[in-house]
Amino acid sequence: MEPFVKVTGIVAPLDRVNVDTDQIIPALYLKRIEKTGFGEFLFNAWRKLPDGSPNPDFELNNPAYNGSTILVTRRNFGSGSSREHAVWALHDYGFRTVIAPSFANIFHKNCFENGLAPVILPEDVIADIMAKAKAANGYKLTVDLEAQEIYDEQGLSVSFVVHAEPEVNEFRRYCLLNGLDEIGLTLQIEDKIAAYEASRWGKSFTPARNAPLEARP
Amino acid sequence: MPPKTMFEKIWDSHVVSAEPGKPTVLYVDLHLVHEVTSAQAFDGLRMAGRKVRRTDLTVATVDHNVPTWDRALPVTDEISKKQLDAMKRNAEEFGITFFDIRSAQQGIVHVIGPELGYTQPGKLIVCGDSHTSTHGAFGAFAMPIGTTQVEHVLATQCLVQSGIKSMEIRVNDRLPRGVTAKDLILGIIGQIGVDGGIGYVVEYTGEAVRSLSMAGRITVCNMSIEAGARAGMIAPDETTFEYLRGRPQVPQGKDYDAIVQQWRQLPSDPGATYDKVVEIDANALAPFVTWGTNPGMVASVVDKVPDPASFATDTERAATERALKYMGLEPNIPIQEIKLDRVFIGSCTNSRIEDLRAAAEIVKGRKAHPDIYAMVVPGSTTVKREAEEEGLDVIFKEAGFDWREAGCSMCLGMNPDILQPGERCASTSNRNFEGRQGPGGRTHLVSPQMAAAAAIAGHFVDIRDWE
Repeated sequence: MEPFVKVTGIVAPLDRVNVDTDQIIPALYLKRIEKTGFGEFLFNAWRKLPDGSPNPDFELNNPAYNGSTILVTRRNFGSGSSREHAVWALHDYGFRTVIAPSFANIFHKNCFENGLAPVILPEDVIADIMAKAKAANGYKLTVDLEAQEIYDEQGLSVSFVVHAEPEVNEFRRYCLLNGLDEIGLTLQIEDKIAAYEASRWGKSFTPARNAPLEARP
Repeated sequence: MPPKTMFEKIWDSHVVSAEPGKPTVLYVDLHLVHEVTSAQAFDGLRMAGRKVRRTDLTVATVDHNVPTWDRALPVTDEISKKQLDAMKRNAEEFGITFFDIRSAQQGIVHVIGPELGYTQPGKLIVCGDSHTSTHGAFGAFAMPIGTTQVEHVLATQCLVQSGIKSMEIRVNDRLPRGVTAKDLILGIIGQIGVDGGIGYVVEYTGEAVRSLSMAGRITVCNMSIEAGARAGMIAPDETTFEYLRGRPQVPQGKDYDAIVQQWRQLPSDPGATYDKVVEIDANALAPFVTWGTNPGMVASVVDKVPDPASFATDTERAATERALKYMGLEPNIPIQEIKLDRVFIGSCTNSRIEDLRAAAEIVKGRKAHPDIYAMVVPGSTTVKREAEEEGLDVIFKEAGFDWREAGCSMCLGMNPDILQPGERCASTSNRNFEGRQGPGGRTHLVSPQMAAAAAIAGHFVDIRDWE
């Protein structure tokens, strides 16, 4: 996984609450069996008119946001379906970080798995950034994960977290900064997994192993 | 020992590793796999030269992409076919149990888990699908995961988790006649909001929950995710044990008695505390209909479509205006005057035999409104077979409903069953997001009874007045 350390870039605004993953990437486009190529379909129903041409009313189609790497939005971003394709689509489109007051749980976790930094800031700071981004004049921010600080050239400088729980925030930040793969981390404790398995069956709360069942008629 | 909640008991019994400053590593008892969120995970395993650690705890099927037409016909969408073929190939290569499209046990992953008895109290269950919360109805801790986590569980049989809080939603009194489990959960989401559950595992308690059938409990837990919760759960009791008795994966005879004794230890201890408690009065609930573009945008069937001006904040007003524009609805029109084009009875929320029976009872001896195309999609091939043995298919077909093969169907618009732009649908599914049932489609979420009655009337009707 690509480490996330510090990103400076144009901020694109998406001034909506509860943006669900069906909007981020509609189900119709989930059929690829690769992790790449989803950016083309990011916010597909909002970005494009029924005839496939760009919808001029949709924020991201404003040329001022071309090449933006930072998305600022409202609370409960990424709600609904667990599709990791939503994160792949945002990343593939070019976003490196999403800034919001809160994220839906599964989307939030999926961000960490793919090096997309989920920046959590209070509503009033979001409102300030949203207003500046909406001016569509090339407004830029810097997200410095090492310093846990976000700042712009107009004097904004605030600290942020990527997770509301301090201990989890520290761990997730460490993993993002170093591009760590969770599978590798867990396999380091393979002995503990084996020990758990050995002790497990026969103890209380032990579910039965799956019995053989003919899967085909 | 201090009293524990059911969630704490299940969590504690699954800890593989808990180190300060790191998330907890938990052991997974059952990993359900389907075609849409697994291909990239299996690819990841292949690239790293890894195996599936516990093929005996991993079960796969195909549901999201499968057409619900005659199973003898081919899958015509080339990209869907590629994904379905990849699932089959991966299941064979990695050696996991797989219910293929022509299997007698194929079905929506959240329908076949319980009906085959894979889903059991006390288990930690995961699946790369947000509606994994369904399985919590049995007193399991069932959590949705993303594709990278699917790969992680395949490789390690473990889940890395942290910082989960608990919420009790206590539903006092009993649900009035005509008010179903679906209305209960829509009412809860309407009250706490689509982000009210973020960070929480919700345990549903109280008389109204205890008196629900397993199908009803499943519907409630299924839509926990629609309130933003990580999972939903209901303590197991006699209703649960009776449902599970004799199911293929459930121990039989003495072993069944022994495992029931373990399951009886699971419910939260008296005096156990939750981080948050919400109380709901079942008596105050009504049949609900969603009017907007998320499941929290809901009104009683006797109410009107809300006026954006009645909302307190600019953000809420803007969201309501957007939703009404998308839905093609004017403020203040009575819900019962909303005319429909389509009715969909199906999905992991409401496609079990009990749901189909409830809908058939409304439909029996009547005809679908001439303007309505109604379809019934059983949640699994097993449900379809049972329904046909009971003659439910005949009731639906005589009423002019389309009787289909099992799958996710028109819940999510990634198989041939979709709405056309602008079409309005009464749906027993779980999400009314923009375009969820097909680009430009308009979805109203309701119970199976409400959907069936709407199909007959051509518009929403109050099921409590249905003769």
